Order: sequence, then structure tokens, then C-alpha cells
Amino acid sequence: MNINLTMIGQLIMFAMFTWFCMKFIWPPIVAAMDERKKRIESGLIAAERGLSEHKEAQQKAQEMINQSKDQAAEIIANAGRQASTMVEDAKDVASQEADRIKTHAQVEIEQEANRARNELKDQVSDLVMQGVNSVLAKEVDAKVHKDMLGKLSQTL
Amino acid sequence: MATGNELIASGDYIKHHLQNLTYGQNPDTGVWELAHTAQEAKDMGFMAFHLDTLGVSFVLGVFFLLFFYRIGKKMTADTPSGAQNFIESIIEFIDENVRGSFNGKNPMVAPLALTTFIWIILMNTMDLVPVDWLPYLAQQVGVFFGADPHHVFFKVVPTTDPNATFGMSIGIFFLILYYSIKEKGAGGFAGELLFHPFGKMMLPFNLFLEGVNLIAKPVSLALRLFGNMYAGEMIFILIALLPFWIQWSLSLPWAIFHILIVLLQAFIFMTLVIVYMDMAHQKDEH
Repeated sequence: MNINLTMIGQLIMFAMFTWFCMKFIWPPIVAAMDERKKRIESGLIAAERGLSEHKEAQQKAQEMINQSKDQAAEIIANAGRQASTMVEDAKDVASQEADRIKTHAQVEIEQEANRARNELKDQVSDLVMQGVNSVLAKEVDAKVHKDMLGKLSQTL
Repeated sequence: MATGNELIASGDYIKHHLQNLTYGQNPDTGVWELAHTAQEAKDMGFMAFHLDTLGVSFVLGVFFLLFFYRIGKKMTADTPSGAQNFIESIIEFIDENVRGSFNGKNPMVAPLALTTFIWIILMNTMDLVPVDWLPYLAQQVGVFFGADPHHVFFKVVPTTDPNATFGMSIGIFFLILYYSIKEKGAGGFAGELLFHPFGKMMLPFNLFLEGVNLIAKPVSLALRLFGNMYAGEMIFILIALLPFWIQWSLSLPWAIFHILIVLLQAFIFMTLVIVYMDMAHQKDEH
């Protein structure tokens, strides 16, 4: 247990070891650990941001869905309204057309009837004329009474 | 485990185990040589080296540095592997302690604490190697080189040599002085020694008190570690004197208990180093 130069040797060795440790061991290890700490930190921040972004996106998507639902409802309502107006219009057009056709038909019927009546009148007047002719062949001059007979046939 | 030493009486056995392998200057002849006896080693005085203390502590220190250096070089910030985890947990432990106790700004303190802690643990751990193994090995090597086996000494645990503990604590002492003067200025440091704790009127008393306080730091640091490890080593040696079939019943419990002392002493040394460095860096505390 003698105190001797060993002490100095140990002192120098201790100093050298500490210097080496300070120079070559401590810095790279601590640097790597700090780097990892930073990475973890930024990773956590990114995760947090991602989460909030996700939430936001969800909210936005919900909003968009709601909006489009509203739009769809509006479109459907519009379409319904349009359809009903179209039906109304079609009805109007159809009834107008029907009226037109009806009047047309009536006119035609009237014309037809008139024509038939005129024909009939002519035939009747002819018949009358023939009968009158045959009855009055001798007494009435066809030329003299033609005007009178014509007026008569017109009143029929 | 006393095989090979039957001829030595137990007292001699103990003394033999507590003697360092000393290389020094023979005072009679002036020749540098290995001491053959304890008396010779003592006579060499200050001009001598304990080859075992220096050698073992050097090997352990280099082992520590290379191990940490190799892993430090391969450090990644990605998922760490096994050895890196181990190193990181130690670094984190040291860093935590330094952050907790040291308030100044000095990039040297944490590496200093790390070196102190690991080196002392390794040196203390040599105590857990069965007491006869390495000395016996050294004896065989000595015999191989033609030495008398009884004159080959080998003290395995460097921290049971006060030279090792005082070597470290004196290094710490220099650092305390250096940083005290650097941080507080020569005047500030002198003022601390002269005018604390009782003001100008009690100057001599203050100087005595603070001087003792200052000197006590390295002395207590060295003696605490030395005393604990020396006592532990002594008990291992005493246990080794028992019949070999009963030794395990005592050496095993003591070894398990000693693991605690190994770690505890290293931790205490490291913590005190940090605290002393903190005190050296503090300005105008009072």
C-alpha cells in the first residue's frame, strides 16, 4: 500500500481516458440519440397533424355529402315540377288539339250536311220539277216558270 | 482455493495477496527492478510503479473505450440494436444524473462522469473474479520466466490500491481548482476561501474551514472507494482460507452482496464528481 509513481500514472491514464471519451465517444452517441429524439418528436407532430387533417377532411366530406344531398333533392324537386308543368302543357296542347279537331270535324260535318242537304234539295227540286213537269207538261212553260221554280227550290 | 499455496501460512497468504507487483528503483543498488519482497517494494519509496494496478486498469480502461467507441461509431438514429440499447441506457443514466446535479455549462462533465463510472465499475468488478485465479496465472507466467513463485505478486483489483483511487481523485481535485478559478476568477475563488462562511473578521478561521473542506473532497473520494473495495477484497481473501468445500457457502453470498457495492461505489464516486464540478462552477451562491 505504498504511495508511489503509480498514482501519477493513474492520474495520466484517467486524464487520457476522459479526454478520449469526451472527444470520440460521448458526442456521436449523444448526437444519434438527439437525432432520434427529434425524429420521434417530428413524427408525433406529423401524426397529430395527420389526425387533425383527417378529421378536417372527414368534416369536409360530410359537408360535401350534405350539399350534394341538398342539390339532389333540389334537382329532383325541380324535375318533378318540370314534369308536372310538362304534363300540364301537354294536357293543354292535347285539349287544344282535341278542340281543334272537334271544331274541324263539326265544320266538316256541317259542310257535309249542307252539301247533302243541297244535294237533297236539288234532287227534291228535280223530282218536284219532274213531277210538276209530268203533271203540268202542257200547262206550264218550263222556261217561263224556271225562275219561280228556282226560287222555290232555294227555299227548300 | 488455496491450492498451490499450502506452504504459505495464512498470514503470509493474506500479505502475499495484498502486495502489488512493484517495479521500481532499488535504493541500495540504484537499479530499476521488480521487488522480490514486500519490504523491498516498501524501500523503493516513491520511485516505483505497481505494474498490476497500472496494467489491469489500463486494460479495463481500453476495453471500455474501445467497446463504447465501436458502438458509438455504428450509432444510428433508427431502431437501435442490442449493444446500442445497452450503451444508450448507460449514457441516458449518466446524462440524467449530470442534468440533475450539474447546472453549469461544460461539455466535459458528462464524459468525465461516464469515464469515472464505467472505469470504476470495471475495476471494482475484478473483485468478483475468484481471488486466486489471476494471481495464480501471474505466478505461472512468472515461473515461466524463471521467477520464484513466492515472489510474484499480483493484486488484481486496481481500486484496492490507494494509488489508483488517489490518482483519480487528484485528477478531480485539479479539475475543481481549474474550474473554480476559471468560472469564479482567481479573486472570486480566493474570496470564497477567505470570506466564507463568517465574513472578514474571521478570515483565518474561514481559510482553515474552507481549506479543509476543499482538501477533504479528493481525500474522502479516494479513501471511500479504496476502503470499501479493500475491505471487500479482504473478506474474499479470508473466505479463500477456508476449506475449499465450504468456501462457496460464504463467497457466493458475499459476491452477490459485493455486486451491490461494486455498483454503488462507482455511482457514489460519479455523483460526487458531478456535484464537485457543479460546486466549482457555481458563482456567488451566498
